[in-house]
Amino acid sequence: MLEYARWKYVLILLVLLVSTLYALPNIYPQDPSVQVTANHGSTVDKAMQARVENTLKKASVRSKGIEISKDGNLLVRLFDANEQIKAADALRGELGSDYVVALNLASTVPDWLEKIGAKPMLLGLDLQGGVHFLMQVDQQAALAKRFDATAEDVRTTLRENGVAYTAVERRPDGSVLTTLATNADPAKARQLIAKDLPNLLLEDGTTDRQFTVRIPQAELDKVSTEAIEQNVSTLRNRINELGVAEPIIQRQGTDRVVVQLPGVQDTAQAKRILGATATLEFRGVYEGGDIQDAVKTGNVPPDARLFYTSGKPNIPPRPVLLKKRVIVSGDQLVGAQSTRSQDDGSPAVSITLNSAGGQRMFDYSSENVGKGLAVVYIERIPEVKLVDGKEVRSTRVKEEVISIANIRETLGKNFITSGLDSPKDAADLALLLRAGALAAPMEFVDERTVGPSLGKENVDRGMTAVLYSFSFALIFFLFYYRMFGVITCVALLLNLLMVIAVMSILGATLTLPGLAGIALTVGMSVDANVLINERIREELRLGLPPLTAIKEGYERAAGTIADANLTAILAGVALFAFGTGPVKGFAVSLIVGIATSMYTAVSVSRGIATLMYGHRRKLKSIAV
Amino acid sequence: MKPFNVFPYDSNIHFMRLRWISLTVAGLLMFVALGAMFTKGFNFALDFTGGVGIELRFHKAPDVDDVRNRLEKAGYSNPSVQTFGTGTDLLVRLQDKPHAEKVGAVAGETGSVAQDVRRVVSTPDNPAEVRSSAQISPQVGKELAQNGVYALLFVVFGFLIYISFRFELKFAIAAIIATLHDVVVVAGWFALTGHEFDLTVLAGVLSVMGYSINDTIVVFDRVRENFRSVRAEPAEILNRSVNQTLSRTVITSFVAFLTVLALYIYGGGSLQGMAESQMLGIIIGTLSSIFVACPLLMWLGVTKQDLMPKAKDEAALARRP
Repeated sequence: MLEYARWKYVLILLVLLVSTLYALPNIYPQDPSVQVTANHGSTVDKAMQARVENTLKKASVRSKGIEISKDGNLLVRLFDANEQIKAADALRGELGSDYVVALNLASTVPDWLEKIGAKPMLLGLDLQGGVHFLMQVDQQAALAKRFDATAEDVRTTLRENGVAYTAVERRPDGSVLTTLATNADPAKARQLIAKDLPNLLLEDGTTDRQFTVRIPQAELDKVSTEAIEQNVSTLRNRINELGVAEPIIQRQGTDRVVVQLPGVQDTAQAKRILGATATLEFRGVYEGGDIQDAVKTGNVPPDARLFYTSGKPNIPPRPVLLKKRVIVSGDQLVGAQSTRSQDDGSPAVSITLNSAGGQRMFDYSSENVGKGLAVVYIERIPEVKLVDGKEVRSTRVKEEVISIANIRETLGKNFITSGLDSPKDAADLALLLRAGALAAPMEFVDERTVGPSLGKENVDRGMTAVLYSFSFALIFFLFYYRMFGVITCVALLLNLLMVIAVMSILGATLTLPGLAGIALTVGMSVDANVLINERIREELRLGLPPLTAIKEGYERAAGTIADANLTAILAGVALFAFGTGPVKGFAVSLIVGIATSMYTAVSVSRGIATLMYGHRRKLKSIAV
Repeated sequence: MKPFNVFPYDSNIHFMRLRWISLTVAGLLMFVALGAMFTKGFNFALDFTGGVGIELRFHKAPDVDDVRNRLEKAGYSNPSVQTFGTGTDLLVRLQDKPHAEKVGAVAGETGSVAQDVRRVVSTPDNPAEVRSSAQISPQVGKELAQNGVYALLFVVFGFLIYISFRFELKFAIAAIIATLHDVVVVAGWFALTGHEFDLTVLAGVLSVMGYSINDTIVVFDRVRENFRSVRAEPAEILNRSVNQTLSRTVITSFVAFLTVLALYIYGGGSLQGMAESQMLGIIIGTLSSIFVACPLLMWLGVTKQDLMPKAKDEAALARRP
């Protein structure tokens, strides 16, 4: 008589049921679809749906269905990928910049499955096609910005309290050196800094009139963390503006960001929008000061900086002196819309600031009505040069004054800057501004694209490989172990089901190496079954009666299986911890596969064997 | 009905008597593998070296030399062009990324090298399509290689700790040497043949470690069981253990080999390297767990006492006043 507790049978049935349920969504094919999301101020409603339907009819695109999803987007399901692109092009033309039109794959999983949280595995880029970028964040630039701001704070504090200084400069080591004027009171200056800027570390300089301030390390670390976090959220905004469905934007380590855009093929456009580090600064025009002298000799007044206006085809750039102090910078910006100037009809961008920025703009403009206000456009362009056969990366900073206007009235949170080259320039600038400024510039260190046809082929290949792996193993077992081979096969199939279910529940991404991992799991998980079956044979040869042989076989093999599989999992964990991208996918399926195979081989197959042979008291022989 | 068998059950091959031969052969294999690694080095793929790689599919099979000439004429120096899978697919590799960026660049805009290459190699009657492309900076490649080494160390120490804990230090050392032997031989194969070594091959090699240790552990598990239940000389016990597990070792490896063979045949070009490393790893791993692991254990002088921690404690107690 073989014993197998009843609750263990219940558990097996439960596992079978849950695995089937959660693996099920993977068999529903996804519809190629177009997703329309409303931009600022516009809405997705019935009227808009009708407009979409008309547009599609005009473009003679047949749709499978148009629906407004729960999160308020419009989803147009289509029959194939070509129709999808046609539909997207037609809709982009019709809807303009009020809506974002993105290619998507819509799930056809029934509602009741979605309600219990069952969802299909995500496909990696190598199976789906798309672009993968790895971006490096220039933390030095983020810190430099902070050092400049600190210097500005020191200047402001001293100026507002009437302490004269000759220079406040940023030093290469990140400290700010202040040199006071001869008539200033050094003790008062130090007191002021200590009171108004308590976060800074104050140190004495070489003379009594000099002192340095330092930003504490904890503060600098915070700047770095915030910089990468802001970059990630900015990238997310920009990608939303690009119209990509289900992008992946992840922070990697302390200074890298991974961006994956499924379905995107035009890398140049994606890179232009993602990598652009355009931002605006509003600065007052410096009055007095000799521009020509500044250009010739580099003799710029201490409070001013020399800029050039952006050149146009027949107007060469001309120099201007602007105040060193930035009134408002891009990160205080809330919204930007392309529009036309009401005065001269030139392309313009209407800008909305946050309240702090609005207050600063108000303060400045109310004191300076009638004076000049300049808009400086700053873009960092990464460059790669070959020096002695080695790649040297550097960034060129392009700073251009795109407009100088007179402040006609006191400005607040909302105002317009005009004088852009073309409506397209205005639209691009508005997009970049709206998507937010990057806290630190980034460059592309890694770029991979996979065409959609290759993705599809990879899916087919991977599936075929897994199918054959399974068939080879199953056929061998049926042939070699006969009845116990059948049990082993059932256990292997349940194992496959469990792997798929667990990976779906974990929300793991399936990659091509991941499929290879599943195939390899078959190879590894047979081991447990072979150990058991061989052990049973061995016990039989020792002369044990069949039932005892089965019992002994399972029990004695269990310890070996645990030891052998745990070490194999260890190798999988190493792969997961140190691998990247597709290799991680391989590691996940390997780990999951080994873990589930331990359960199916030891517990499930034993349950089946007990069910088959357990009730037969006088079992003479078993087919193993 | 008599069961099917690969090996007769009463097999009693004297593996321990062969131990000097098998250890010498294993040592020689490692020597050759290490030699190949140091003299020839690996043919590292883009993943590790950095650079540009573009997979192109042509309408019909193109002339490889012609494609190379076109690329050189367009200003790409030393392009590597090879067929990939079928005759219509080409893999183009460029180390000269800066130049490529310049070619595709329009007024400060970063152009797509892949599209530029596609334009250069396409002819009106034989257009090419970009199947995939990768631009990787050498920095990232270096980090990946470094991570591979870390992974290897992690596995080695993980095994060392786990096996010492579950078995005994001598078992751990023997198992790790046997496993490292397999990894070195597989890696040496890639160095010797000049087959491309990419990230998936690295993953394959690391999974070989998992596989090979698995095999060795099963044998050791039997050794431990026999040491505890059978009274015999260590050599006799080791020999018996290997013979007892022989059938299982061969069958498991055979089935595992079959599944990886399916990957090799049906998985397409990008999985071939991985499958190749695993096929070789399975063969070497099986042989090493039969011929290398137990002789090593013997060499390290394993005894019954090693597996009897309680006896040691009692001895220590007895010495106490």
